[in-house]
Amino acid sequence: MPDLLIELFSEEIPARMQKRAGEDLKKIVTDGLVEAGLTYASAAAFTTPRRLALTIDGLTEESPNTREERKGPKVGAPEKAVEGFLRSTGLSMEQLEVRDDKKGQVYFAVIEKQGRPAADIVAEVLEGAIRNFPWPKSMRWGAGSLRWVRPLHSILCIMVREDGATVVPLDVDGIISGDTTRGHRFMGPDAFTVTSFEDYQTKLKRASVVLDPAERAETIWHDATNMAFAQGLEVVEDRGLLAEVAGLVEWPVVLMGNIDDQFLELPPEVLQTSMKEHQKFFSVRDPKSGKIVKFVTVANRETTDNGATILAGNQKVLAARLSDAKFFWENDIRAVAREGMQAMAAPLANVTFHNKLGSQAARIDRIAALARALAPAVAADADQAELAARVAKADLSSEMVYEFPELQGIMGRYYALRADLPPAVADACRDHYSPLGPSDDVPTDPVSVAVALADKLDTLTGFWAIDEKPTGSKDPYALRRAALGVVRLLLTNDVRLSLSQFIELQQVRLSVLNSSASDELAAQLLAEFASEIAQHGVFGTALRTIQDRLDSDIDEDMTGLGDKVETASADLLSFFHDRLKVFLRDEGVRHDVIDACLAMDGADDITLLVTRARALQAVLDTEDGANLIQGFKRANNILTQAETNDGVEYSFGPDIKFAETDEEKALFAALDTAEAAIKPAMQDEDFAAAMSAMATLRGPVDAFFEAVQVNADNDIVRRNRLNLLGRIRVICLQVADLTKIDG
Amino acid sequence: MSMDKPRSFQDIILRLQNYWASKGCAVLQPYDMEVGAGTFHPATTLRSLGSQPWAAAYVQPSRRPTDGRYGENPNRLQHYYQYQVLIKPSPPNLQELYLGSLEAIGIDMDLHDIRFVEDDWESPTLGAWGLGWEVWCDGMEVSQFTYFQQVGGHDCKPVSGELTYGLERLAMYVLGVDHVMDMPYNDPDTAIALKYGDVFRQTEAEYSRWNFDVADTAVLLKHFEEAEAECQAILDQPYEDPKTGKRIVMAHPAYDQCIKASHLFNLLDARGVISVTERQAYIGRVRALAKKCADAFVMTEAGGWTPEAAEQAS
Repeated sequence: MPDLLIELFSEEIPARMQKRAGEDLKKIVTDGLVEAGLTYASAAAFTTPRRLALTIDGLTEESPNTREERKGPKVGAPEKAVEGFLRSTGLSMEQLEVRDDKKGQVYFAVIEKQGRPAADIVAEVLEGAIRNFPWPKSMRWGAGSLRWVRPLHSILCIMVREDGATVVPLDVDGIISGDTTRGHRFMGPDAFTVTSFEDYQTKLKRASVVLDPAERAETIWHDATNMAFAQGLEVVEDRGLLAEVAGLVEWPVVLMGNIDDQFLELPPEVLQTSMKEHQKFFSVRDPKSGKIVKFVTVANRETTDNGATILAGNQKVLAARLSDAKFFWENDIRAVAREGMQAMAAPLANVTFHNKLGSQAARIDRIAALARALAPAVAADADQAELAARVAKADLSSEMVYEFPELQGIMGRYYALRADLPPAVADACRDHYSPLGPSDDVPTDPVSVAVALADKLDTLTGFWAIDEKPTGSKDPYALRRAALGVVRLLLTNDVRLSLSQFIELQQVRLSVLNSSASDELAAQLLAEFASEIAQHGVFGTALRTIQDRLDSDIDEDMTGLGDKVETASADLLSFFHDRLKVFLRDEGVRHDVIDACLAMDGADDITLLVTRARALQAVLDTEDGANLIQGFKRANNILTQAETNDGVEYSFGPDIKFAETDEEKALFAALDTAEAAIKPAMQDEDFAAAMSAMATLRGPVDAFFEAVQVNADNDIVRRNRLNLLGRIRVICLQVADLTKIDG
Repeated sequence: MSMDKPRSFQDIILRLQNYWASKGCAVLQPYDMEVGAGTFHPATTLRSLGSQPWAAAYVQPSRRPTDGRYGENPNRLQHYYQYQVLIKPSPPNLQELYLGSLEAIGIDMDLHDIRFVEDDWESPTLGAWGLGWEVWCDGMEVSQFTYFQQVGGHDCKPVSGELTYGLERLAMYVLGVDHVMDMPYNDPDTAIALKYGDVFRQTEAEYSRWNFDVADTAVLLKHFEEAEAECQAILDQPYEDPKTGKRIVMAHPAYDQCIKASHLFNLLDARGVISVTERQAYIGRVRALAKKCADAFVMTEAGGWTPEAAEQAS
């Protein structure tokens, strides 16, 4: 069976697109071959900056003959039906067969397809792949109309059999397939012929091209770490950068260079970012001091001077870059030492956050107020929380962050320390953006937690207020990430709070601050509102009180605010719940378990909700728990039916004196015991204890159903038993709405 | 290849001129207006449109008022030179031609590490974009290499290949100079040897002051509006000239006004009077002009318009 080798040789492919392109080529070609009836043993794709290569082993020589019979319309059916059938089968009228069917004569199409040689199929599939390749961005060149990521120069496509290689003929917009390719642009530019994949790989290496990106990455990492180790240093690991650099070279040559002494006092993050972003250098650290002291660059060639010229050039470029960074750093710390962080934040008044949500400065005011309000719940010092929120985004107007946006927060911490702010405030500058990704660390220092929560909650309430919620795959403001961040912050730090209250408070704050009310009035309004909400805990009442008192002062935007806020708040809360479901699914807590807990009071207290859900899931994972649900459901079904039929509710206390059987009496006793344990456990919010007490009911409930006929002839006994079931229901529903559990 | 090294800034320019002339480019002269980059020269912007083949190379003085540093920064200038090459359709060996130009200015391919690193080009003011690379020599960006895909909202068919060299930076690298003002402008051994600073230090300081603090923003704003209006007024003229009776579409005079508006916007920006939100609006206004000029150019004969094609289209 032949092997197939394909190489698409082009001008330099962006590093970030190479991996995906290799995978796409493999998938599109193998899918196409299989769809056309061929099979193969194995396939592998490789990429370099200038080529996508695909090798397929053990391809079948041809696709099999196929025969397909398709039943068509009845003879005498309307012309259109017959025409449609002909079209779909690709046959002509004479080729149809007429067969007798139960209901009369029917047209049959027999479609026979001759098997085709693999080469024909390969040519067709490859041409299709080239013409429709899913590049993230593609282009035309010259006078042609073909699109590729950059100009495509040649196509190598050969089938390799024992007696040699043959070219699969192919012509894509004038690019004619062949069996030749070229090596390294500078070290092996001449064309050579290829006879097999092994031959291809060997000759490429001879022409200074390492085909496999994994091998290039390994070489780079190996040489870099060795070189650093020899000087008692270590390379700062960066897998993303490694993959990118491996995609920029065909023949990696690792060089280590010096960073001029005058730059060594820059924060390590600045050195690292500048070197990585601008120059794609790895940072080399002294493990003793933790400082970045050297860099590693990867050249794409060997030179007669062993890279001396290349390294000197790179060092020079780095010095120019770092001079800029040093200039920014010195300007920033001078400004912050002189005028403080709040002055650095001042220009944010002119930066629009969102045209409906005001400036960054307005947003910072809201976050600061919310951070202060949240402080008690997270055990943070309220003054520090507010201060931290006020300065946490100041670095956005620093020169360094303007140049390197990815250093936001990190620079803020340095500047806050230079401004002599407390360490907890400085840390909050750095950490309040966290957690960003689902595996990102969650801040635990109370001040950071307060600001991180306030930042995310303000973003969410803001976008909910202006109705710019995520839809489908569109989430331009990363609101899902923000909501998950809130959930993780609350859970990790075991924070107990009513999310709805803070959401509503923040929405009112947004409306009042955006309204025409004077600053003084706005402040007064908000203070009163906060104290109302704190006293009553009910949003509507609090808002009405405010509105009544200041009716004449409130402008149009504020009318109907109560309804708007309540709707948006409920909607945002359910958004949190959805995020929570996704989050808990990964740890094995089921959807329906969360739904069962959402039905209980305090569902806007995420920590409480999750404690409850985890406890319930744990119980359900035990045999007793799972069976108890069945018992509960049985009891509930019988009850519901009886209640519907009888038109009464069986919630009146059952009496043990009417109990006839031992099982019935035992259930009475068990319910007493369970209730005695559940009640205090629930008061302590010890759901695990409550639920395991509940699970002990499983035996008595099962035994009861086994032995006792609920619908007894004696009406008193029957009613007593129904009321007994009523007790099961009441007890079980205390912990969660078990009717929502599936199965 | 043994290569004698260039000795001055002008030597590098002359070598590029000779090299690209030898490769068949028409060596044009700088456009006589203030522009932000070589791309604004109509020889690039307008000539990249339409079906007519084109090959041109030229130096273009470029102005970026916000980059002014009073002549004190080793790398930043508010007035600098770009070397620009535009070939339509882009030839298949454009990368090799480009590498040849580096050799021509004394970069020894055997000692240096030349890399093509992804960098897509976009000009929001010209409504233009293309794909390509920044070219690195030992980690330093020495050129921008772009295959134009769209200009002024029009698809480029055929595609032009555009090369842009930042001349000062490239020359400093080749000549081994650390501060731009120290770079020899003419032959350093000549009787009146001039450095870059001798030629430009004075003007950098003067323009930095004017750009940042003195330029009258009310006047600039008025000029901007006048240029915008004039551009529109030119394009509103009928194609047929009433005096000569000839069909004369005035794409270039209109485009001059677009260039003016663009530069005035840059000056206003340097004066710090344009807020973040207004910025987008101004850029949009210049882009609208650029698009209309592009629309007009493809209606000219240089832009590929023919009476026959027009007849067929109608």
